[in-house]
Amino acid sequence: MVELSGAPAWFASACLVAIAFSLVMTVIRLLRGPTLPDRVVSLDLVAYQAVAFMLVYAVLTGQPAFLDVSLVLALVAFLGTVAFARYIEYFSIGEEAAQASE
Amino acid sequence: MRFSVILRTAARLLVPLILLFSVFLLLRGHNETGGGFIGGLVAGISFALYAIAYGTAASRESLRARPQRLMAVGLGIAVLSGLLPLFGGGTLLEGIWVKWGGLKVGTPVLFDVGVYLLVIGLTLVIVYELEEHNPGLFPQSVAPE
Repeated sequence: MVELSGAPAWFASACLVAIAFSLVMTVIRLLRGPTLPDRVVSLDLVAYQAVAFMLVYAVLTGQPAFLDVSLVLALVAFLGTVAFARYIEYFSIGEEAAQASE
Repeated sequence: MRFSVILRTAARLLVPLILLFSVFLLLRGHNETGGGFIGGLVAGISFALYAIAYGTAASRESLRARPQRLMAVGLGIAVLSGLLPLFGGGTLLEGIWVKWGGLKVGTPVLFDVGVYLLVIGLTLVIVYELEEHNPGLFPQSVAPE
């Protein structure tokens, strides 16, 4: 419940900058991603980077409320990826069946 | 399409964990962030995960009640907690608190439990209807390996 100061605060701020940079790179992959699975994986990565960002921010500001948000997000984020994977699997099977019947 | 073994194993571990966390969120709404709505959403997600991993039939079976009934019971509990103070001569939705050991229990907790059940029911009505109206997309008709 205490705000960081001095060298640890600088380190946490540097971590935030690094995570923000990787977030930008992931969004570029999300926009450019040649195939749908690339985009799904990068979306998954965005969720976990948000978790990391919130954790570092919670340490930096001493606000334990952010820990719960990141806990919920970490438990739940993979569910969206699983659902996407299911759709991709379904549609690729449909395409294979269509190619086989031609 | 088959059920993934990895997903099934992960779901078996994660569903109880997410359910426990939802109860934690529900009870912590008493004094801090949390409450019936977010707790109900998280619990609904755990049953949705079970439905994705094992099919909607297994998920409905593990719920042991129709989601519509959960909604009705939850709404009934919430309304009851609002009406209870009227019998004691209070106003509508007034909080009645009882000391129970070192714990303060009152009608707001009852209201939150009602909201919790209502949100679980609502989420699962939507999830189950969406899954069951896309035959083939979700493999509940395919027998597990």
